[in-house]
Amino acid sequence: MKSVVPVLTVVAAIIGFWLLAVIPMNMHLVADQAQRDGLMVTPEAPADRQEVSGVGLALSNTHLIPLTYNFVRPRLPAPQQVAVELWKTTVEKKITSKRSLVYHGWVTLAPTLLGFVIGTGLGILLAVGIVYSRVMDRSVMPWAIVSQTIPILALAPMVIVVLGSMGIQGVFPKSLIAAYLSFFPVVVGMVKGLRSPDGMQLDLLRTYHASNTQGFWKLRLPASTPYLFASLKIGISASLVGTIVAELPTGAKAGFGARMLVGDQYGQPLVSWAALIAAAITAAALVGLFSLIERATLKRMGMAAS
Amino acid sequence: MIWAVAAIVIWIFGWWLNVRLANGASSDNTLVKILVPAIFGITVLIVWELLVRGFEVNPVILPTPSAIFERLISEGPRLWADFQQTIIKGAMSGYLIGALAAFGVAILADRSEFLTRGILPVGSFMAALPIVGTAPIFVKWLGSDWESKAAVVAVMVFFPILVNTVAGLRDTTTMQRDLMRTYGAGYWPTLLKLRLPSAMPFIFNGLKIGTTLALIGAIVAEFFGSPTVGMGFRISTSFGQLALDMVWAEIVIAALAGSAFYGVMTLIEKRVTFWHPSQR
Repeated sequence: MKSVVPVLTVVAAIIGFWLLAVIPMNMHLVADQAQRDGLMVTPEAPADRQEVSGVGLALSNTHLIPLTYNFVRPRLPAPQQVAVELWKTTVEKKITSKRSLVYHGWVTLAPTLLGFVIGTGLGILLAVGIVYSRVMDRSVMPWAIVSQTIPILALAPMVIVVLGSMGIQGVFPKSLIAAYLSFFPVVVGMVKGLRSPDGMQLDLLRTYHASNTQGFWKLRLPASTPYLFASLKIGISASLVGTIVAELPTGAKAGFGARMLVGDQYGQPLVSWAALIAAAITAAALVGLFSLIERATLKRMGMAAS
Repeated sequence: MIWAVAAIVIWIFGWWLNVRLANGASSDNTLVKILVPAIFGITVLIVWELLVRGFEVNPVILPTPSAIFERLISEGPRLWADFQQTIIKGAMSGYLIGALAAFGVAILADRSEFLTRGILPVGSFMAALPIVGTAPIFVKWLGSDWESKAAVVAVMVFFPILVNTVAGLRDTTTMQRDLMRTYGAGYWPTLLKLRLPSAMPFIFNGLKIGTTLALIGAIVAEFFGSPTVGMGFRISTSFGQLALDMVWAEIVIAALAGSAFYGVMTLIEKRVTFWHPSQR
């Protein structure tokens, strides 16, 4: 708990930087608009203003600075504008509305969770296979490691379109990508976890005359729990990123990714930014949820969470 | 039908060969260790080829490996141009900017225990966020050429490298720091001779996570606007022309580039952290 104040300080610094950046980023747009509204702008010709940097323009037009925080179509929206947009689209809209971020969030979250469950399940199964079968270890494990260096996420949109052209639509294609992305972190982490009991512990079970199955349930699986949770946290955020990227350039109509792109294309930066922040909050909530489960589980199992 | 049977036969043969090799007497031989995954990979490729031919899968859905290989050879110059635009200009420059910025911030923040405690949780939180979603925003701000890709990449690699560097700089024991003090070493000698070297395993961990992120960022950002060259551009346009073999050729290039980038980082890591238990 002693890190609450430092964390808040860093967050405040980030928001402060954001607040400062709003002024130069929007200054040119605001100056143009102000001139059209009949306000005084110091370099009067628009061509001259293009020569001056955003900071310079702000210094010579200090009276315009408040306007940069309330511009309708800013290049960089101010934090409170994004907060207001978030509030409007989550709390004030009915969740069935096409403009509600809760609705879009669910469209993104459902395939993420489905894919995550599938990917994690298959990943654990493969990890068990790798730990107990030398052939699988030798032939599959190197590929599992190499596959993590491949930018497969960049191809997510293509997978969606290919499956779409085969007539497979809806939740499944996106879950496939989410499953793929959570699969390999879980495999690699679980293999490490299932192998974490040392020779001494395995020997002890052998002196108890424990069978392989008992060894698995009573020693290997419990020992792998901390590794499992570490991979689950990586996997869930990878799944969410995968679903969002899959929605981005494919012409998806709903979901966080689609929202970001719609705001970008129709000149409504606030919509994009609200979707971006909402996605960030969702990711944080999911990772936080797993941290909580991790802490509770490890505590009950008697493994002190570090 | 004959193709499918052949595919099954080859699969069984490949698996049998691997069982023999992996459980055989020389299974800890380096050659066998490389041979087994190689046989597995080649078997998958052959089975893919045979199944696609056997079931006459439409090349618009899944091309054969041989068609992809043909593309790789015949479209060499174009693929090379795409590689330069996306990997060299976009990913590499962004990676460099992001990594240097992360080092700078980490070393500055490291001077204060207070800031370190704030940056670690916030940074690892930011590293889990879907930062790649900022790609459309950066393309709008910085135009469609490689600068916007470099910016997306820089932001994406910044947080993992920052968190790992800050965590690494904390990884010295009191004993070691006291030893430096008895030598009369001030802040800078301690940083350069003790704390940075002992942070290197952490730093390289961050750098290796960054390699994949850099390629993802550079390619995804090209989907939102790019000059008429680049891997992301080629993937999306070839896709529009239903030239899936070209898309796969770009995927192969991306995979090779990703593995090579990671491999180079691992090599440098081996050189720099030769003293670390994991490298001995």
